[in-house]
Amino acid sequence: MTVAVNPSQTGEPVFYLADEHPHPEGWSTSLGFWIYLMSDCLIFAILFATFGVLGGNYAAGPAPKDLFDLNLVAVNTSMLLLSSITYGFAMLTMQQNKIAQTQVWLAITGLFGLAFIGIELTEFAHMIHEGATPQRSAFLSAFFTLVGTHGLHVSCGLIWLVTLMVQVQKFGLIEANRRRLMCLSMFWHFLDVVWIGVFTFVYLLGVLR
Amino acid sequence: MNTDTHAANADDHHHEGGHAHGTFSSYVLGFVLSVVLTAIPFWLVMSGALPSKQITALVIMAFAVVQIVVHMIYFLHMNTTSENGWSMMALIFTIVMVVIALSGSLWVMSHLNSNMMPMHQMSGMK
Amino acid sequence: MSPDLLKLIFGRLGFESLPLHEPIVVGTFAVVALGGAALLGGLTYFRLWGYLWREWFTTVDHKRIGIMYMILGIVMLLRGFADALMMRGQQMLAFNGSEGYLNAHHYDQVFTAHGVIMIFFVAMPLVTGLMNYVVPLQIGARDVSFPFLNNFSFWMTVGGAVLVMASLFIGEFARTGWLAYPPLSNIGYSPDVGVDYYIWALQVAGVGTTLSGINLICTIVKLRCPGMTMMKMPVFTWTSLCTNVLIVASFPVLTVVLALLSLDRYVGTNFFTNDFGGSPMMYVNLIWIWGHPEVYILVLPAFGIFSEVTSTFSGKRLFGYTSMVYATVVITILSYLVWLHHFFTMGSGASVNSFFGITTMIISIPTGAKMFNWLFTMYRGRIRYELPMMWTIAFMLTFVIGGMTGVLLAVPPADFVLHNSLFLIAHFHNVIIGGVVFGAFAGITYWFPKAFGFKLDPFWGKMSFWFWVTGFYLAFMPLYVLGLMGVTRRLRVFDDPSLQIWFVIAAIGAGLVFLGILSMLVQFAVSFLRREQLKDVTGDPWDARTLEWATSSPPPDYNFAFTPVVHDNDAWWDMKRRGYQRPLTGFRPIHMPSSTGTGIILAGLATAMGFGLIWYIWWLAALSFIAMLAVGIGHTFNYHRDFDIPAEDVIRTEDARTKLLAGAK
Repeated sequence: MTVAVNPSQTGEPVFYLADEHPHPEGWSTSLGFWIYLMSDCLIFAILFATFGVLGGNYAAGPAPKDLFDLNLVAVNTSMLLLSSITYGFAMLTMQQNKIAQTQVWLAITGLFGLAFIGIELTEFAHMIHEGATPQRSAFLSAFFTLVGTHGLHVSCGLIWLVTLMVQVQKFGLIEANRRRLMCLSMFWHFLDVVWIGVFTFVYLLGVLR
Repeated sequence: MNTDTHAANADDHHHEGGHAHGTFSSYVLGFVLSVVLTAIPFWLVMSGALPSKQITALVIMAFAVVQIVVHMIYFLHMNTTSENGWSMMALIFTIVMVVIALSGSLWVMSHLNSNMMPMHQMSGMK
Repeated sequence: MSPDLLKLIFGRLGFESLPLHEPIVVGTFAVVALGGAALLGGLTYFRLWGYLWREWFTTVDHKRIGIMYMILGIVMLLRGFADALMMRGQQMLAFNGSEGYLNAHHYDQVFTAHGVIMIFFVAMPLVTGLMNYVVPLQIGARDVSFPFLNNFSFWMTVGGAVLVMASLFIGEFARTGWLAYPPLSNIGYSPDVGVDYYIWALQVAGVGTTLSGINLICTIVKLRCPGMTMMKMPVFTWTSLCTNVLIVASFPVLTVVLALLSLDRYVGTNFFTNDFGGSPMMYVNLIWIWGHPEVYILVLPAFGIFSEVTSTFSGKRLFGYTSMVYATVVITILSYLVWLHHFFTMGSGASVNSFFGITTMIISIPTGAKMFNWLFTMYRGRIRYELPMMWTIAFMLTFVIGGMTGVLLAVPPADFVLHNSLFLIAHFHNVIIGGVVFGAFAGITYWFPKAFGFKLDPFWGKMSFWFWVTGFYLAFMPLYVLGLMGVTRRLRVFDDPSLQIWFVIAAIGAGLVFLGILSMLVQFAVSFLRREQLKDVTGDPWDARTLEWATSSPPPDYNFAFTPVVHDNDAWWDMKRRGYQRPLTGFRPIHMPSSTGTGIILAGLATAMGFGLIWYIWWLAALSFIAMLAVGIGHTFNYHRDFDIPAEDVIRTEDARTKLLAGAK
């Protein structure tokens, strides 16, 4: 038990680092955020599973064919797609250290996101007005919850986006802010991936049913 | 101090933040591909171009899978080297879990419905 | 005031919500209130609030957070076990026309609270606490990847526990059983606050658990010291990694299921209702997709603890390290493929049931492999029967019985007979007590000297051990018998007087376990009083093998003055064997995260929001939510979250240890 203070013998292997460099700030952040996204992915998976199981139970209420306007969904999809590419441009300008341009691209991204939320809320309002409320059938419960959860994520993304724009304005494109912008970019593109699932499985397959 | 013991962590140091960055052309390419991959399924369903619903369903699901891969590569910059492969590992694990939970639930519940629910009630619900 | 205004301010909360008509609850409340007042008064009198706030509540040190998790787990164990005693007492008495002493309304809350508390607020905190404390030390790190998140996760877990405890005195808890199956848990059949307490307690705690899972995965992946490749990680770190992967992959499922249930209850959607196309069985399906991995979340770290203890106290390298790792990984994956065995009787049919029956039986193979690895580690070893090793051997014997009855239940036709019977109750207590609880106790006795600098008193430890083990067998073997005779779970009164003797035996067993818990508390007190005799100056009281024993007991804030370099699986053993010399000079400032009160504030607001939602106090819920958002965003404007421990402080700490070690020679 007293081996710890034994006299040293030359030529022994190294057991500790004498000149340690601490891990850079944010060393684990991108992996950690990625793992968070994976857990979020499972949230959506379970909502998709619920929609898959209950999505055909209309309870003599309206069916997807009666409710979905694919033109509107196509417009909405393009909003999200456009916001993805504009966020990409924001990241590119960020790498070139151009604060003003980055901010402009972020703002455009936010506007597309806002448009997406606006269109989605209009669609919801229209459906509810026609009596297709979340309470009407298990299909509608599952529909509103799945699409609404995605919309809620986009809204959180928007709040985050505004916060980051303020922080970039205030503190510049410092290392911490770059890291945060990169995390939000992962979040934003992830939501786009989820939307692919939504428009395919909920809207397109729903209308096909 | 001791370089070979550092080897396990060494390649982490090279890319800052651990994630690769895209270029202008890769973003544009990804965007064009996604537009095409989105437009075709919408057109297929809205025009009813394919003769059977089953075939249309299969085709649009295939498009969705391809588009998800495109997004992963061009927007999320997934590759096998970022974070020493841990990002990819986490993604694959998650996909396995998603497939198990989705297909398992559908399988279990469809068997339950066919076993436990009288047929007239089933048709009444649709 | 008008009733409308009162409703606006207090929601459903009123004087009639206080369970004043339940003498047992009122008595408990009196005791808790007196004890609480004494505790708070004491803290104020000795002026400890500032110390607690600065050094503990706001700390981001993984060691202190780990200890706080353990304290939470032990405190909640007392509550959960009180419920168990009440159940055993009720079932022992309610024969020959007697109604027992608990009415149905109260009894149903007791068995629900017992299950919820034991799983979420005893087993989870104990396991998370041990992982939090030990993993960074075992991998030679200074802290976890996200220290602030760690503090926040802990307080969220506490927030959930606070809500469960509040339900005892304000309103009521769920009367649905620990998984709150609908349609019973839907608003139509459970209109009271009980299920809402259940939902929001688990949601608040669940956020904490998920975040702590992400945190520990990152810690293990990113912060291992140089030389520690994946296959050189200690087995406990491996099992922790797998457990946290399971947490991240399964707790989101629980979050969604509970969110859907709350939508059914609050908004009137039709996910799990009987009308409008809803399917209650979908709830059962989904919650077990979380529920089965959950049991492995609990037991895998226990397997890790037993591995460390077995090799340390046998004085041998762990037999079959590689197979141990692969067995853990295989269990991780397989635990996702067996969930339907919890509801074979649902009626999914032969094909579904056979698939899940077979996967369930397969999962016993890697578990069996582990058992043999431990046995072979002990084989021809120089075994020291100290307390951690005693718990380990008790585990091996007990867990094998539980495992075998589990395989029996995995056979669908057998399960049709035994489903929801006391046989099942005996089975899962057999694996959870024999596996998780004994594991936690082995871990506590093993790492206690590391955390506090003195060993636990062996005499009272042995008392506790023997009371626990005999008590466990007396309490649960009768339940196997009763289950085979067809007695179902959650019964309050019995008609058949011939069953009574078994319940009496079980109640005696529970009494012995109670003595075991008392002995453990006495053990803590006695050890504290005898701390000078039990002192560990070397930092390595068990002649152990892994890295956490290379530093002092208790470790300094920064864990290691210099980052260790690892060459072998049993890193510390290797260092001792090859004449490692502790560095005495050349210390440098060490970069560390700073404490923050944001975690406890956010968690407090989340708890308040939960309380508002439970009682329909909408303004409170909305206000807390907005405040959470504001505090959370405000926190991101703080860019300076760490500081340097000056080199002089490091030198002073390390010199003190040098003196201590010299004195020990």
